[in-house]
Amino acid sequence: MKPEIWMYLAVMAGVTYAVRVLPLTLIRGQIENRFLRSFLYYVPYVTLAVMTFPAILDATQAPLAGALALAAGIVLAWRGASLFKVSSACCGVVLVAELFLCR
Amino acid sequence: MDEAETFTARRLSLRRGEALREGARDGLPIALGYFAVSFTLGIAAKRAGLTASQGFLASLLCNASAGEYAGFTMISASAALWELAIMTLVVNARYLLMSTALSQKFAPGTPFIHRLLVGFDVTDELFGIAIARPGYLDPYYFYGAMLVAMPGWAFGTFFGVMAGNVLPTRLVSALSVALYGMFLAVIVPPAKKDRVVAAILPLCFLASWGAAKLPGISALSAGTRTILLTVVIAGAAALLFPVKEDEEAADEA
Repeated sequence: MKPEIWMYLAVMAGVTYAVRVLPLTLIRGQIENRFLRSFLYYVPYVTLAVMTFPAILDATQAPLAGALALAAGIVLAWRGASLFKVSSACCGVVLVAELFLCR
Repeated sequence: MDEAETFTARRLSLRRGEALREGARDGLPIALGYFAVSFTLGIAAKRAGLTASQGFLASLLCNASAGEYAGFTMISASAALWELAIMTLVVNARYLLMSTALSQKFAPGTPFIHRLLVGFDVTDELFGIAIARPGYLDPYYFYGAMLVAMPGWAFGTFFGVMAGNVLPTRLVSALSVALYGMFLAVIVPPAKKDRVVAAILPLCFLASWGAAKLPGISALSAGTRTILLTVVIAGAAALLFPVKEDEEAADEA
């Protein structure tokens, strides 16, 4: 028998929440182990970097537009532009670039 | 309540209000990016036979792009519930790592309820801005971002189911890099202060590109590749360049 849609949704929501909330609630103290602390210090940078590239090239219609957005984003972020500015500049670059790259 | 108590209470609510506003401000570009991405997710939901309100509900409750997409694919295949559960677990497993990292950002003595609420929306993006804030995580900052980002995500899915391909491709294409722009704003500035981070970032790009192209590993889902690369690269960095306590303290000051 095919499960109902709402049962599917309940399973999706339940499992997704469990994955996120269990580490937050089970690990309540500060981790003392130096290796683990260092590992967790590096995790955000590695995860976000890995997710950004090469995915940004596939997000746009023309990969070159994504590459230009990446370059613009790195330069602006390096110069200390805010989250919002970096983010909207990337969008702007793609919008303009694809005027020329796509029809 | 005497005067001093009223004063403290007022200061506390002022600070919370400020954190909420800052969160909402940083959540705005996230919401815009979410809207565009979840719009395309809505198209997938429609294909799986979901109504607009079911798509809305799925996004409101799950807040996960790849996870929901995988879920919708399973639904269209009329998969068993346990299969859906395992799939959801695998695709979302990277949040185990993120939540573990985030667990270390909570100030000692933070009420338990905040962990339950923050845990509801540990997405790639909200995790990113939460980590980028120096010092302990202020749950109210996180809630501010959630309040803006979650409707963006849920309504994007809703309209995606309703309207299908009505948003011009050009616009979707431009908006879809908003999320990556945010990631860059989070990971690039620390590279100026920390040479290890500066060296790691290009390495991550290269490794991630390689993993996406090389036969074998490229067959894995993007979520699984992210976990593998994170464990290997962050693990190697932690072994080779353990963070000194004072360095970390300086980072959090």
